Amino acid sequence: MNKKGFTTNGMTLTFILLGLIILLFITVPLLKMVVASDIGILLDTLLEKEVRNAIWLSIYAALIATVTGLLLGVPLAYILARSNFRGKTFIEGLIDVPIVVPHSAAGIALLFVFGSNFLAGKAFHLVGIDFVYSTAGIVIAMLFVSIPFLIDSAKEGFKKVDVRLEKVSRTLGASPWQSFFRVSLPLASRSIFAGTVMMWARGISEFGAILILAYHPMVASVLVWNRFETYGLDYARPVAVLLILVCLLLFIGFRTVIYRGEKA
Amino acid sequence: MIETKNLCVNLGSFQLQDINLTVDDGEYFIVLGPTGAGKTVLLETIAGLYPVKSGEIWLSGKEITRLEPEKRGISIVYQDQALFPHLSVKDNIVFGLRLRKQARQEIAASLDWLTELLGISHLLERKPNTLSGGERQKVALARALSIKPQVLLLDEPLSALDPESREAMQRELRRIHNRLKVTTIHVTHDFEEAIALGDHIAVLGEGRIKQVGTPKDIFNQPNSEFVARFAMTRNIFTGEVIDKGNGNTVFRTEDAELVVVTDLRGRLHASVRPEDILISPKPLHSSARNSFCGTITYIADRGSTLYLTVNLPPDFVCLVTRRSFEEMKLAEGNKVYITFKASAIHVF
Repeated sequence: MNKKGFTTNGMTLTFILLGLIILLFITVPLLKMVVASDIGILLDTLLEKEVRNAIWLSIYAALIATVTGLLLGVPLAYILARSNFRGKTFIEGLIDVPIVVPHSAAGIALLFVFGSNFLAGKAFHLVGIDFVYSTAGIVIAMLFVSIPFLIDSAKEGFKKVDVRLEKVSRTLGASPWQSFFRVSLPLASRSIFAGTVMMWARGISEFGAILILAYHPMVASVLVWNRFETYGLDYARPVAVLLILVCLLLFIGFRTVIYRGEKA
Repeated sequence: MIETKNLCVNLGSFQLQDINLTVDDGEYFIVLGPTGAGKTVLLETIAGLYPVKSGEIWLSGKEITRLEPEKRGISIVYQDQALFPHLSVKDNIVFGLRLRKQARQEIAASLDWLTELLGISHLLERKPNTLSGGERQKVALARALSIKPQVLLLDEPLSALDPESREAMQRELRRIHNRLKVTTIHVTHDFEEAIALGDHIAVLGEGRIKQVGTPKDIFNQPNSEFVARFAMTRNIFTGEVIDKGNGNTVFRTEDAELVVVTDLRGRLHASVRPEDILISPKPLHSSARNSFCGTITYIADRGSTLYLTVNLPPDFVCLVTRRSFEEMKLAEGNKVYITFKASAIHVF
């Protein structure tokens, strides 16, 4: 406890106590639900095709959203980290808007653009993509609500890369592209990776916007709600537990990778 | 030869204006200026990393003002080296060669040659953050030299080093330059560094080039107060040059009249180097035409030499060796005589 000159006094003890309360608040409900579950029922639930499909769809759709986010978000993050222009603060604020709006409202907003009666919806329909009641709809709902995590994290990562490293690489013969891929991107990769994991996890956990845009095919979070509404708590709980376990496993796995990377 | 013609660069709060520099092939050129004078930006502009507002840059007879940095063949070593932290020493050094898609053997040969030249062969597998300041500087230099640059830019290459490695690195820079004769532009705020290394020195201040010349020119004939202060001429006075008749010209400052040799007239500056002033407890009988009595008000001990401040007024800083200081048994508050030749005074 006494690292970095940390001393225990009245204030720190109070802070530790307050911290413990919030830690319990986070862990107890999750732990209790997991621990109280009957392994047999959990296994049975996992064998249900509907459940497995829903969990798989959550993971898969969130992955597509995240890859799309990487392609479109990382370049923007780089621009925001490297340049100053009028309205930059406004754009940075804009990027965080999906975090602050209610996600059901976000779903409705998306419907107004990607719905089959609206412009983007009609345009995509021509190339065979429909967003309502489809995986594509789930993907854009996830993309919308989770992209801020990736952009913000990547931006911080790029900011930490000394501009002069890019400058040196240019003088050594690197084009702007080569400079980006050989210097900036590798050096920001840990932050980008952390942002990617956050975005993926946030995508898997999305509920509100998906509910509005694409109730079917059913992702895990919608399935939990569907079972709760239709059959009640006892039927919703095993699915919820499974979803929590999957998310935790993914999250812990990636955290470990990042942590190892930091130590190396 | 690299040349800047009427180069203007916008630095936000101020500008570099009318920068005209000519650096010959194989020359070691120093840009001397205080911190915040825009020295780094000047280098970045030459390298193509900072936009030019107006003016031109020419390299070997071709205009390169708007050429991309990767096509210039001008490499830069930054003060803090800016080594790629994710790459080993070896990968740092060959970074530019790999980009040029050189053959494996060719790259290996260059690497051998460079690491031998700089004595860093034992560091190849290390990561930059495990190196000492001097080692990092050598790696950065090797990386910059790897592409066989037409011009090498050095941004305060010695400032971040401790005094010991600084001296070693200074010798190293001289040695490497003598051997490779790469045209070099080195910026620094350290006058002694400039004197020790430069074939020519340009003094940069207040956004302009104040003076260009050999170290001797700058040292002995500063053309402005700014340059003189930088040249460590400690005794700089503001005053008036007056004709006294009979070919006697004096420079009047505060209550003192210094006999000077100059054709200039009016309100000017005068400077005397501390080592050109003789100090004695009694009046000296010599041909030197300036002799004054004053009081020692401050003694700055530099070990084998001492700087004494003698107040007439004005204050004169005089350099004495420890031996003569002890022989004369000088102390603060003593009355002493200071003597110097009229020709030792530089009027500008």
